[in-house]
Amino acid sequence: MSSTTGDLAAGHHGHDHGSYLTAKRGLMSWLFTLDHKRIGMMYLGSILTFFLVGGLLALAFRVELATAEPDLFTGSTYNRLFTLHGAIMVFLVLVPSIPASLGNFLLPLMLGAKDVAFPRLNLLSFHIYMLGAAFLVFTLLAGGVETGWTFYTPYSSTTDSAVVSALMGAFILGFSSILTGINFIVTIHKMRAPGLTWLRLPLFVWASYATSLIQVLATPVIAITLFLLVFERTMGIGIFDPALGGDPVLFQHFFWFYSHPVVYVMILPAFGVISETVSIHSRKHIFGYTAIAASSVAIAAIGFLVWGHHMFVSGQSELAGTIFSLITFGVAVPTAIKVFSWVATMYKGSIELNTVMLYTLSFLFIFAIGGLTGLFLATLAVDVHMHDTYFVVAHFHYVMMGGTLMGFIAGIHHWWPKMTGRMFPELPAKIGALLVFVGFNLTFFTQFVAGSRGMPRRYHEYAPEFETWQFLSTVGSFVLAAGLFLTLFYLLWSMKGGAKAPKNPWEAKTLEWETESPPIEHNFAGQVICRTGPYDFDEIDTSRA
Amino acid sequence: MSNGIENESEVAAGHAHGDHPAFLAHHFHDAPQQKSAVKFGMWLFLVQEILFFAGLFMAYFAFRALYPETWLAAHELLDKRMGAFNTVVLLTSSLTMALAVRACQLDDIKGCVRYLWITIGCAFGFMIVKYFEYSHKFHVGTLPGKFYTYEGIEGGAPELFFSVYFMMTGVHGLHVVIGIGIMLWMIMGPLRRGKVSSQYYALVENVGLYWHLVDLIWIFLFPLLYLVR
Ligand SMILES: [Cu+2]
Repeated sequence: MSSTTGDLAAGHHGHDHGSYLTAKRGLMSWLFTLDHKRIGMMYLGSILTFFLVGGLLALAFRVELATAEPDLFTGSTYNRLFTLHGAIMVFLVLVPSIPASLGNFLLPLMLGAKDVAFPRLNLLSFHIYMLGAAFLVFTLLAGGVETGWTFYTPYSSTTDSAVVSALMGAFILGFSSILTGINFIVTIHKMRAPGLTWLRLPLFVWASYATSLIQVLATPVIAITLFLLVFERTMGIGIFDPALGGDPVLFQHFFWFYSHPVVYVMILPAFGVISETVSIHSRKHIFGYTAIAASSVAIAAIGFLVWGHHMFVSGQSELAGTIFSLITFGVAVPTAIKVFSWVATMYKGSIELNTVMLYTLSFLFIFAIGGLTGLFLATLAVDVHMHDTYFVVAHFHYVMMGGTLMGFIAGIHHWWPKMTGRMFPELPAKIGALLVFVGFNLTFFTQFVAGSRGMPRRYHEYAPEFETWQFLSTVGSFVLAAGLFLTLFYLLWSMKGGAKAPKNPWEAKTLEWETESPPIEHNFAGQVICRTGPYDFDEIDTSRA
Repeated sequence: MSNGIENESEVAAGHAHGDHPAFLAHHFHDAPQQKSAVKFGMWLFLVQEILFFAGLFMAYFAFRALYPETWLAAHELLDKRMGAFNTVVLLTSSLTMALAVRACQLDDIKGCVRYLWITIGCAFGFMIVKYFEYSHKFHVGTLPGKFYTYEGIEGGAPELFFSVYFMMTGVHGLHVVIGIGIMLWMIMGPLRRGKVSSQYYALVENVGLYWHLVDLIWIFLFPLLYLVR
């Protein structure tokens, strides 16, 4: 068990040692707070709100897709729906999801620090996020875009929909992401408590570190790309326009140079969450700590060299295609190291099948499918057949939505007692987890089948032979939605009605559990000293301490 | 063994709470931690700046490889003397910026302000020369993309050279203008309010780092755009 030395109940600094939630009151004390915990909670609220918006858009076109005939929307409306669904989910939900919400809340706590290195910059990131979100919401109101979230030229530079405001939104959101990344890297380097060496960092911190590296190195490239595209549209500078001698494939190179690494911005933090939850809820020291930590950084590094696998059929040379295909297979190695380590961690552990563990297991199942189907698509000959089919759609939903979201929800539940000071009710939570798991697989596994039989993506009217699969997928999406709504309701309820959470309900060893639930405004009552590894559970391997 | 939280005044023996210097933010443990964090953050910001420009450099090299004759012919229309003059102006401003940081180390805040004003003067000089270069191009029609009207360049897609030229120098010029703004803020804000001393001048150093990067990018832009071979 953990202990604190000294009786520190009295505020010897004159600080108020009340919870961060009640330390200050009023809307402004939230909107202009410098407290990383409040900023994290505001991100969490905003991200979940946009997740709801993006999800409702998806439900709308899933209804359309239940039958082969177009019955609800015109083709153009359908295109706008899936474009906004993609843009909102990628730029407003998945990219910031875990780092900006859980990361902001947890990173300083896990490091035993009072705050991130630059609290003002952190608040600025949040305000920039809201500004970027405003542009995307404006896009929605101004009639939307129908280019797909990828904004491929020359269509995006010639269509008359609200492309510029969508581009500006994504451009602005990029800076929010960059500033968060810089803040986290400096925080991890400079703000660690005495005794907290690099190899004692929780794996969530390692994953956040690798994520931040990608945010800082990849995001500026999409920023300049979108900037050029804005000028392309408004001024006709022609860099991506073949009519003026420009090159649309150059746009694709630029776009995927960011957008492939950014899938690791989405998934690496989920890896981090799973590394925590799988160990803590199996009561067993993580298997292969160093390998998991190093593989996060390795994935971040290799991830920069594979963008060409999105362009196998875009007129890229065969040699380039072969090289990109080979390096893409290379990413599977560090990823598999992680998956095997997580499974090995559970082996002979005393697994508690609580809600967090259910989501952790869902993650492992879903991510394994998402990862393995990625290898199909990395294979040149198979990709020529599969590209732009539902197989691709299913693959990236298994990774992005299944992987990232299972990790995100697992993390929200795991740290819910710490963030809100309340326990969530287990029974509805388990029912929710079951609905989410069944609904998710029904929605997207059917799409693998349809895709492998040739159903192309982005069509609202399709051949009748695919109707059964599409209908099942629509049913699945409503089961998934039911599970997510149930989760939303009991989580909101628990903020008032849940049982009061103890300091360390899971008996974890990482530093965030050393402070109160919810934490006091300045995180810890004094200077934290770290003397143990993050997974040295007392009842198992105390010898490692 | 287990983790612990210790009374801060015991751990931080030697600098009890009252001794914290004014510049030290509450979430930092001590001054060296704050200084190294602030500078490390700036270096990371410069890394993202370089990658932001990297996209433009890639576009430059991609089209130069596609249209080598055009690039050779079009660069002749840029004024090498003006470019060279601006290079000297920016290099001088980097020197005065370094001297401004040096003045802070010596606690000579007035000297720091003076050198910053000279740097701002150089930055304005650079922008004025750029203004004359741009207006000449507007005059003869060597403009980006669909606004290109000049006749007399052999080779394909001459408008692309000027698209790349205007985007690269435009984004760089924007950085010069932002630099002027930051230096003015430095002079009117932290330097005037006495927030900078030889004890703590990381902010001035960071402005310096930014300015050196703006200078460095120009050092690459000048030969790539004006001295094509
Ligand atoms: Cu990819």
